[in-house]
Amino acid sequence: MNVPNDLRYSREHEWIRLEGEVAYVGITDFAQSELGDIVYVEVNTVGETLEAGAVFGTVDAVKTTSDLFLPVSGEILEVNPALVDAPELVNQDPYGEGWIVKIKPTNLAELDELLDAEAYRELIGA
Amino acid sequence: MQAQEVKHIPLEHVHQAMGAKMVEFGGFLMPVRYGSEKQEHLNVRENVGVFDVSHMGEFLVSGEQALDFIQWVSANDASKLSIGKAQYSYLPNEQGGIVDDLLVYRLDDQEYMLVVNASNIEKDWNWLEQQRSRFPKTNMRNVSEEVALFAVQGPRAADALQSLTDVSLNNIPYYHFEIGTFAGVGEVIISATGYTGAGGFELYVPAQHAEEVWNAIFEAGKAFNIQPAGLGARDTLRLEMGYCLYGNDIDDHTSPLEAGLGWVTKFSKRFIADELLQKQKEEGIKRRLTGFKMLDRGVPRQGFEIQNEAGETVGTVTSGTLSPSLNIGIGLAYLPTELATEGTRLFLNMRGRQLAIEVVKPPFIKK
Repeated sequence: MNVPNDLRYSREHEWIRLEGEVAYVGITDFAQSELGDIVYVEVNTVGETLEAGAVFGTVDAVKTTSDLFLPVSGEILEVNPALVDAPELVNQDPYGEGWIVKIKPTNLAELDELLDAEAYRELIGA
Repeated sequence: MQAQEVKHIPLEHVHQAMGAKMVEFGGFLMPVRYGSEKQEHLNVRENVGVFDVSHMGEFLVSGEQALDFIQWVSANDASKLSIGKAQYSYLPNEQGGIVDDLLVYRLDDQEYMLVVNASNIEKDWNWLEQQRSRFPKTNMRNVSEEVALFAVQGPRAADALQSLTDVSLNNIPYYHFEIGTFAGVGEVIISATGYTGAGGFELYVPAQHAEEVWNAIFEAGKAFNIQPAGLGARDTLRLEMGYCLYGNDIDDHTSPLEAGLGWVTKFSKRFIADELLQKQKEEGIKRRLTGFKMLDRGVPRQGFEIQNEAGETVGTVTSGTLSPSLNIGIGLAYLPTELATEGTRLFLNMRGRQLAIEVVKPPFIKK
């Protein structure tokens, strides 16, 4: 199971990568492998500022629909446009091409409350 | 309710070694997918896939009154079965609901095999034992644990398997079977049936030979792009055909007539709840299990409500998925009969959003 060392993780299996003022958020390799084929990614919160832990969208696999939780508070800037036609990118490249939203965190200190790679590996038993 | 211990199919270790994701289904630990569900689905439609469905239950019924017993407990007319034929049917309960749906095989003059859903094995057995007291010259044996069941499904199934048997596979008509040697194992029931609409066979194999037959199937099928397929693909395949799944679309409280099972309800003979169902048929049903497809983007799920334009709830989704063949959401729902006509536009309430749907008469994919 791929758990990159340079990311932070939520207990709900989202990852976050800070790049300057903005951050990318997606679901982990573990999450996509548990869900199976992703068929739709739905985000209707672009432009909204949400609290850490808020639902910012849903992801549909063949068998289930799951909520997406924001790992830190912030404004939803953009949803990955490639996922409209190719939701399978979430399966194929969950930490890269399969990112889900770009956000502007409002409280960077919250990042420290998230799991590091080692703690996340422990959570999923990897 | 007390937690029940999970049950195990004979080849659980084989699926784990093949990298399958295992989930509990019908009380058994089962392979839900080996890789991509969509890819497994499409490979069954285009080539051939193999499902281990050994969780299904098998009961052998024999004796002088075997046919009388089956006629009483099952709604289809088993007297139409010649040796070597199978039929789809269901077991009605006394309230006009459905105990289970099943296949009835006529193995010999006075010998039949009932194939039932895994989750209902114990319930069916108890129900049938209770009914059997009226037919003393009948024996029934639960051989579920002695039988492995492989569904080899897809347009290339016959070609993929032919080298393993002298039985001429292309000559077995739909819903017929032969008992023969398969992959060197005797007494295999080779049945031209399935739950995918893709054609192919279901193989009933003595459990002690399950692994050698499984391996032989993949070896023989190599040149035909044979691949294992899990229960995920099985569900999307059956749903594209509009086949009912017990526990989702039908249960102890659903009417078989409303579920569209009138075609296997034969009033030419007596059976449990026949008068009640006959009356229901004459009075006309008020709702009907109906297919629908999404016009908007979204995947319907069990329990979602169907609404009319005014926002009034008119039905509930019983099964839903994204169709891998069509790449749109499809589902089954009980709708008032006046709305259950092809082309009717309605709405799916998806967590507060109204999405457009259209009623479709299954199968969703036309051959």
